[in-house]
Amino acid sequence: MSDLPPALAELVDDFADVGPKDRLQLLLELSQELPDLPQRYQDAAATMEQVHECQSPLFLAVEVDDDADRRVHLFFSAPPEAPTTRGFAGIMVTGLDGEPAADVLAVPDDFYTALGLAQAVSPLRLRGMAAMLARIKKQVRAATAS
Amino acid sequence: MALPADTDAKLAEYAHPERLVTTEWLAQNLGAAGLVVVESDEDVLLYDTGHIPGAVKVDWHTELNDPVTRDYVDGERFARICGERGISRDSTVVFYGDRNNWWATYALWVFALFGHADVRILDGGRAKWVAEGRELTTEQPKPEPAEYPVVERDDRTLRAFKEDVLAHLGKPLVDVRSPGEYSGELLHMPDYPQEGAVRGGHIPGAASVPWAKAAAEDGTFKPRAELSALYEQEQGLSPSDDVVAYCRIGERSSHTWFVLTHLLGFEKVRNYDGSWTEWGNSVRVPIVQGSERGTA
Repeated sequence: MSDLPPALAELVDDFADVGPKDRLQLLLELSQELPDLPQRYQDAAATMEQVHECQSPLFLAVEVDDDADRRVHLFFSAPPEAPTTRGFAGIMVTGLDGEPAADVLAVPDDFYTALGLAQAVSPLRLRGMAAMLARIKKQVRAATAS
Repeated sequence: MALPADTDAKLAEYAHPERLVTTEWLAQNLGAAGLVVVESDEDVLLYDTGHIPGAVKVDWHTELNDPVTRDYVDGERFARICGERGISRDSTVVFYGDRNNWWATYALWVFALFGHADVRILDGGRAKWVAEGRELTTEQPKPEPAEYPVVERDDRTLRAFKEDVLAHLGKPLVDVRSPGEYSGELLHMPDYPQEGAVRGGHIPGAASVPWAKAAAEDGTFKPRAELSALYEQEQGLSPSDDVVAYCRIGERSSHTWFVLTHLLGFEKVRNYDGSWTEWGNSVRVPIVQGSERGTA
């Protein structure tokens, strides 16, 4: 996966290097490290997009800088009783936040299969992560189209 | 070595009060010999963020399902799952979980397929335990492994297959999905598009009673009189009926199976776990669209 942004490639390696049980532990840590929403979104939850494909309520906002790289910033809101969904969001933030729009758009849609979570989490639950990436890309495309 | 039943007054009204325990009962009995508490959640990581002290985890996706065939684990694997968690054949097993005990009742139903005698649900589940400020821990329990016998799963009594449902048409069916899924407007459950089907609608003759109607705001089961109004008065079901319940993959309907069987005392209720992901993808089975039950 040499075409992944460096932080995401590193995460994929971290997951690949350990067994299924430790992968769950990694995901749990990512869920705990998911940054809180900045105040401007806490006050404007309705402006965020709901990721319906996730089994628990998850809201997403994407901002794209006006600089030459059009760097992408991601914001997620998911309740503490949905740690798996928070963990998926944590993968996105850790792996993609601050990356140029072009690099985010170049992430393969099935990159998550390389995390090796299918066995520990189940393929059904993993689809939420695919949907998350698709929605991020859609918003990045919309923001960079004009 | 079954533990004594909870004598709580609300529980006493149900047909089989020994199938439920209150948070108070559980708090008092934690650590008792013969008791194993099992957390079963939709979210595979929720247990790891903190659980009832001593509780073990059973995940339906990764543990109760056969990894290859669409079926439950066999007797040998089930014996291993139980043994590793310190569950013996005569243990009292109390299940609890997230989302109104949705997955806890599913796990209980699978244990029932293997004929495990003393299975109970924590009324109100994880949410009530947390709301009452009761203790949670991230400490992993280290249960003494137990010997669990290899028992053959009974797929005839509590479980229905597609062929059984075809033969059952004309008799009572309960569709526990959302109204949109029942009418056929939605090909998947709201927020769960991965469990889709190529055809929408319901099995002819099925009554529509979304499963969560059986739960109160705090996640406990509604009192018996309200449950009776919901299923018996409103839908015309009777405890002596032969009933099949279904949803998309059989988990929401295991909640309704629990309510009908253990709380209202229905004598013959089967859960069709193939549910809509099988029926709505099957060739040439009858389907009704719209909000009317239709006939077979």
